[in-house]
Amino acid sequence: MRGSPILNPAESNPKAMPRIPGLSDATEPHFHAPWQARLFALTLSLQQGGLFDWPDWTGRLATHLRMAVQLPSDASGAEHAAHYYTAWMRTLEQFLEEAGTAEHGRIEEMAESWKRAARATPHGQPILHENGLAAPSKR
Amino acid sequence: MPHDHDHGSDLDEMSARVMALEKLLTDKGLVEPAALDRIIDSYETRIGPRNGAHVVALAWSDPEFRDRLERDATEAIHSLGYTGRQGEHVTAVFNTPERHNMVVCTLCSCYPWSLLGLPPVWYKSMPYRSRAVREPRAVLKEFGVTLPGETAIRVWDSTAEMRYLVIPMRPGGSDGMSVEELAGLVTRDSMIGTAILPDLAGKEEART
Repeated sequence: MRGSPILNPAESNPKAMPRIPGLSDATEPHFHAPWQARLFALTLSLQQGGLFDWPDWTGRLATHLRMAVQLPSDASGAEHAAHYYTAWMRTLEQFLEEAGTAEHGRIEEMAESWKRAARATPHGQPILHENGLAAPSKR
Repeated sequence: MPHDHDHGSDLDEMSARVMALEKLLTDKGLVEPAALDRIIDSYETRIGPRNGAHVVALAWSDPEFRDRLERDATEAIHSLGYTGRQGEHVTAVFNTPERHNMVVCTLCSCYPWSLLGLPPVWYKSMPYRSRAVREPRAVLKEFGVTLPGETAIRVWDSTAEMRYLVIPMRPGGSDGMSVEELAGLVTRDSMIGTAILPDLAGKEEART
């Protein structure tokens, strides 16, 4: 038999065990959205800076993954990636909060101003954080 | 493309949160956007399974290197310049007709980045993590791999301290190939143990 890609994973598994996502896609990207890549890079950068070491990181990440809501069996690779990096985000936020680097509520506040900035920025122009600092426009 | 509002666009929650985090950390001087770009670029374009494939090809063609890899894979791999930034140790596990090796991280996603790049989505997914140990044969079947009944399957659970590299069996018909040519035969999944490498000799008949 030649090395052909996966044929029909669903049929080969009659017991309806949770399906393993993304098997048939050999070209699947590492990151399914830019925020995942950015988050990954932020984490590596902070680890280099000594915010945590890897055994600590993986221990925490495992806890957050365990606590996360399970995805349905037919979830796509993109959904699995988002799910995984959401647990990753919670892990990082926890480390930052403990280090007193990102106080509770500060991230939410800043995220809201980014969203306001995005809404206020015409398509094709760079979104600037400053544009979201003003109170929400009354539309 | 039609928009139901006349200007701007909506940022999704996670994008906004990560942007917030980056701004917060940049303002505090803890990270540097250009350094983040470099990290992303190196993981997207430079660090990938080719490093692992080189290790496998050397193990196939150089008995002395194979011995070193078996004795102390961390040292043998470091000697090629592939060093893990997480400071982890690596164990090389060799497939034989009697034993097939497969790697998982049941708790999270530990993986030999320096050798294989970043793990595929399925490796990080709950279904793979929970099923690989419990029913490896069924999992392999989903990957299109059916092993002979007499081949035992050994599943290795990675940790933050120890990562595993599967050395697949050298494909039949690859005699006389150079290290570079051999490395070209090695796939990422074969080094995780969820694929086996096709026999080159059987190619002709399989085509008919």
